[in-house]
Parts: sequence; structure tokens; C-alpha cells
Amino acid sequence: MSASNVVAPSSTNQSGKPPVRAGIKKNRRQQSRWALYLIIPTLILLAVVIGYPVVTAIVMSFQKDAGLDPATGLFVQGGFAGFQNYAHWLFQQCMGTDGTTIACPPGNLGSTFWNAVFVTFFFTVTTVILETVLGLWFALIMNRAFRGRGFVRAAILVPWAIPTAVTAKLWFFIFSVAGIANAILGAHILWTSDEWASRFAVIIADTWKTTPFMALLILAGLQLIPEDVYEAAKMDGASTLQRFWRVTMPLLKPALMVAILFRVLDALRIYDLPAILTGGGGGTGHATTTLSILVIDQIRQGFNSAAALSTITFIIIFLVAFIFVRILGTNVVRTQEAQQKGAKE
Amino acid sequence: MKAARLSVVAGVALIGLALAGCTGGGSGGSSSGGDASQNLTGKGPITYVQGKDNSNVVRPLIAKWNAAHPDEKVTFKEQTDQADQQHDDLVQHFQAKDSNYDVVDVDVVWTGEFAAKGWLQPLTGDFKMDNSALLAPTVKSGTYNGTQYAAPQTSDGGILYYRKDLVPTPPKTWDDMLKDCDIAKANGIGCYAGQFAQYEGLTVNVAEAINTNGGTIVGDDGKTVTVDSKQANAGLSRLVDGFKNGQIPAEAITYQEEQGRQAFEAGKLLFMRNWPYVYNLAKTDGSSTVKDTFGIAPLPGVTADKPGVSSLGGHNAAISVYSKHKATAFAFLKFLQSEETQKFFVTQGSLAPVLSSLYDDADLNTQLPYLTTLKTSIENAVPRPVSPFYPAITKAVQDNSYAALKGDKTVDQALKDMASAIQTASQG
Repeated sequence: MSASNVVAPSSTNQSGKPPVRAGIKKNRRQQSRWALYLIIPTLILLAVVIGYPVVTAIVMSFQKDAGLDPATGLFVQGGFAGFQNYAHWLFQQCMGTDGTTIACPPGNLGSTFWNAVFVTFFFTVTTVILETVLGLWFALIMNRAFRGRGFVRAAILVPWAIPTAVTAKLWFFIFSVAGIANAILGAHILWTSDEWASRFAVIIADTWKTTPFMALLILAGLQLIPEDVYEAAKMDGASTLQRFWRVTMPLLKPALMVAILFRVLDALRIYDLPAILTGGGGGTGHATTTLSILVIDQIRQGFNSAAALSTITFIIIFLVAFIFVRILGTNVVRTQEAQQKGAKE
Repeated sequence: MKAARLSVVAGVALIGLALAGCTGGGSGGSSSGGDASQNLTGKGPITYVQGKDNSNVVRPLIAKWNAAHPDEKVTFKEQTDQADQQHDDLVQHFQAKDSNYDVVDVDVVWTGEFAAKGWLQPLTGDFKMDNSALLAPTVKSGTYNGTQYAAPQTSDGGILYYRKDLVPTPPKTWDDMLKDCDIAKANGIGCYAGQFAQYEGLTVNVAEAINTNGGTIVGDDGKTVTVDSKQANAGLSRLVDGFKNGQIPAEAITYQEEQGRQAFEAGKLLFMRNWPYVYNLAKTDGSSTVKDTFGIAPLPGVTADKPGVSSLGGHNAAISVYSKHKATAFAFLKFLQSEETQKFFVTQGSLAPVLSSLYDDADLNTQLPYLTTLKTSIENAVPRPVSPFYPAITKAVQDNSYAALKGDKTVDQALKDMASAIQTASQG
């Protein structure tokens, strides 16, 4: 499509050699057709593994969950629901006894939706900030040349190499009432059941586990910064702090933004760590229930309502990614080019 | 360029839509009455599905069956040891109408859901089971809407563990037990603990408190809400007051079975509600400090003449409506309930039998001294609600009773919220 747009005006301008132009045009068209044929298998594969589940989930989210037939006590199909499932989550609308909508009472999963949104974003913001700051610090250390650097690098990476489920279980023991955390602090904190303590337990465990990931991505960015810009800065009399803020940070920004984007998207769908560490509990029972945990809880109570919730979650994460890319100018594709350019300059 | 990209996305979505059309949602529970009347006399090889066989009793049992029935061999399909995963695995195979899952082992709390989805063969007509020798509450756990869908194969009930060196005679009532809490205080240990972390165990403990005081959570149909009652209020108040007055130590709000057991074995608890599996561990564990100083008793009741009401644990076996060899499957169910099998279960795997007579067997009682107490517990037990909405019910019970135990909510408010949360769940 774009090919014809480009060629059409140029052929009118240089009408002297139409056959050649036409040949190129034909060639290009053929090429693009070939390209289409070649990517068709990929498209089909994408449709099967991504398109199909997403579309099915959306179709299901407009169906009512199966209800009981009072005569037989057996389940019957619920039928078309419209936006009822979405209203259930977004506006906490539940069905009352006489078929009217009432506000979802506590103990109904619908009543915990906004709490789950808050918890998810709270975890995302705090863990990503902590991990970025600590990761940057680790990366700066690892980027230096000193004795035992290999050892430090390996040691920093250990937590990341441990499977999340194992990490969660490990911290579960550390945070148990008679665990080492209370022993060291000399305190008597109920880490897995107190509202804020349980949230911080998850944040601490997640930071411990994922900081190395940030450090690694930032280190990759740091190593692309050529040594001569630092030398030049030194020659000009820049202090260490100035070199960090004026040289390191601007050149690191593309890599840093990509790392933060990855972590944000990862953190928004966090499931395994809180699921194992606290079971999503704490406080009144929902202090660490993230959106993904809520989806899994709902699946056992009704697929269609769960489909609506996972669609909402999908849209939330998609919006966050979109905002990141558009407003903050993160461009995952262009970063490498930019960095290479940076390296050449 | 933009248009091209858009059309690619649209193409992917279109193909996805076409694929989605093929299965049409595929999640609903259709009540397929037809399947329940087919293959009733079919005989042949079948598959038995159960979670991880931790005590290694299923394989030898099936080997025995297979030796006697060479034409109707049973294959054992072993699932994981995680209850949620077992549940989801069964749901997926039922949805696919898999005829290879002939006999399935269902947790007592899944029976209502599977029965209402029309996945379990009703045990009526030719498949009527003889339940006369069984402990009555176990049969109730396999019965939904007046029809038996699952045959009890193992049971379980809560019992009271106590320190007989500190309390010579175990308390018969909850009030007596609370009086003994002074002894705990004098010794600097916690008085009573059960399972109060927010998980299924909390539903078990709250249901016990409510049932002991004469209340119920839902009616016999599995959906009429009955929890907002005076009796239920009295039951839940006991646990709430226990926490408030320090008779239940504050850390018990994080206890599942294992944490309670460890605290008891470490000598930090005077009384504990737990399952019979703790008995052997507390007797033999190297770290147990109470090996010779603990005793067991039925759960404390309201009055001395009636023990507390336990929630029922255990598993039932059921026949899939999609099985091709239901006659064989039915014979296998009876084999699971036979005295020989039940005896094998209890001696080899410490699985509580469903046959009443085995609890009075003298040999077994020497081997497993807790059997008499356990019998009292199971005889007086009430199954957790056999309801198709069980996951929503247990969630409603857990969330609201947990808030009440922590003091975030009054008992009145918790029960009111519990009732309306169960109500909304059963409205779909």
C-alpha cells in the first residue's frame, strides 16, 4: 500500500521512463505479495496462540455464569449477560434474592475488585522504585573493575536464579511467627496476617528476588557507555556527581526505561509470590490479593465472570504499557539503535 | 503502513474469532441427562483417578483387584497432591466428556458442584449402595438434593488434643475448657488453638463452632442461607471472644494444621483442635516434647452429655456419567467400601474408615489408640455444606469470620455479610 503511494507521484514527474518505473512497481507489488504469503504461517500461529484465547475470553465475558435450575438442582447455561459481568467488577453489582442488583457484600469476590487494583498498583509502584534504585546501585558496583568482581556479580545474581515458588516458600519461613525475621528484629510481627506487614513482606521478597534482574539490564546499558565520554568529562573538571547526572544518566536512560517497562508489566501481573507467601491474605483477608490472584479465585466460582475480570486486567495492563510507550517515550525497538548511536558518538 | 498493521491485527482477531466459534464458550455446565442413562451394564477396563497416593495404599489395592478381575482391570491415574489442581484437573476432563475418567475420587466439598453439573452418576436404581454399615454423616457428605452421587471411602474428623500432665480429665464443654485456661496461664503457655489462618481450615473450624451451638450455614438444599441466626452467632462469638480474651493466642490467627501441631509439640499449647494424623507424629517426632504427656478427647460441646460437632473431612468415590463401563465402576466402588479394603486403608495409610464396625475392632484399637475418640467425632460430625456454590460459600465464611476474629467486624455484622455473600453467590 505504501509502495504505490510513493511510486505514483514520482512516475508522473519523470514521465520519461515509464516502462522501468512500471517494472519496479510490479516488482514491488510482487515482493509485498510474497511477503504476505511468507508471514501467513506466523499470523495463523499468532491467531491460534494469542488471538483465540483473547477472543474466547471476551466472548465468554458477555455470557452469564451457569445458574441452578430450581426443579432439578442441576446447572443450566446462563445465557447472554450483556455488560453485567463487567458491572459486577467495576461497580460491585451483585444479584440480590429477588433478581434486583444490590451492592456486593463483603465475602463476595466482586466487592474486592478495587482493593485488588489498589494492591496491584501499590506493589508495582513500590517494588519498581525500590528495584530500580537498588538495581542501579548494584549495576554501578558491578560495572567497576575491582578484585573479586566476578564473585560479586555471581552473588548478586543468585536470588534471581532461584525459582519464584522457592523464593516465596523461603520467605514464608523467614516471615513465620517464630521465624528468623522476628528473631532478628526482636519483634512479634504477624508478617503473613497483618495488613501492612503482609504487604511489606511481599514487597521485601519481591525486591530481593527481582533487583538482580534490574541490575543486569542496567548493567548491559552501562557497558554500552564508552569510557572516553567519562575521560572527556573528567578533563573538563566534572565532579563524580556531575558525571553521574550529566553523563551516565542521559546515556543510560533508554536502557533504564526499557528495564522499568519490563518490570512494570511484570509486576502488574504478579501472582506467584503473594499467592504462595501470603495466599493473597492479610488484614481483612485481601491485603495482598492482586488482580491475578482475584482472577484465579473467581475461576473456581464461574468462568464467565472470571473472563470479564481477566479482560479488565488485560486492558489495564495494556493501557499502562501504552502510556509508557507514548508519554514517557520508551521505544523498545529503537533503543538498541539509539544506544549504538550513542556508542559511536 | 498504519493501515497495513491494523489489517494484520484485524486478521489475527478474525481468525481467533473463527476458532472461538468452533467451541462456543465451552464453559457452561450443561445438564446432560442422557449420559446418566447410558453404558449402565458396560463391563471392561476402567481408570481410577485420585490425588497423590502419599501413603502408598492405592497401587497394592488395585493390584489385588486386577488379579481377581483380569477382564476388568483398573488403571490408576495419579494426580498431584494439591487439592486445587486435582479439582481443576477433574473439571477439565469432565468438560471434555472424557470417558477415560471412570471412577473419580472427590473431596467431600466438591460433591455438590460436580453433581449439579451433571457429571456424577446418581447412585440410584441398579447402582443403589448399601449404606447401612456406614457412619451416617459420611453418606450425607455424598448426597446432594436428596440423591446420593458419591460413595464415602475415607473419612476424617477433628479431635481435641490436651496435655494430660496439666489437665487430668479433658473438658467436656467449651466453658469447662475455658476454665482450664488458668492452668495454661500459670504455666505460661497458650490455652487453645485450632486452624484460624484464612484458608479452608478456617471454614472447618468456624463451621464446627456454629454447628456445635446448633446453627447451620446453609439448609439441606445447599443454597438456602441459614447462617444469620442466634445459634450461629453464639458459635462464632466463642472463637471471637477466645481471641479477645487471650484464651486463643494471637499468633493462632496464622495457624494452619502444621503450625498448630508444631506449637503443641513444642509444649506451647494446652489444648488443640486437629486431625488424627497428628497423633502418631506427636508420639514419635524427635522434636516433640509432649510424647508421653498428651491425651485425646472428643471436641468440647455445649453441654456435657453431647460432644462438639466436628466438620467432616475425607474423600468420596464417584462414577463419571461419561464412563463406558459403569457396571465395573460400580463393582469397584463396592470394593472400595468393603471391610477388607477399609481395614487395609486404616492399617497401611491411617485413613479413617467409613465402616462403623472397624472402630470397635480390638486389634485396630491397640495399633491406633485414637480410633474410639475419632468414632465419636465422626458420628457427631456434620459435613460442610454440600452445595454447588461451595467455593463461594467457603470464601464468604472465611472472609467474614476472619474479619470478626481479628476484631475488624462485630459478630453480628460478620454473619449478616456472610449471609448476603452466600445469597448473591447462589443467585449466579
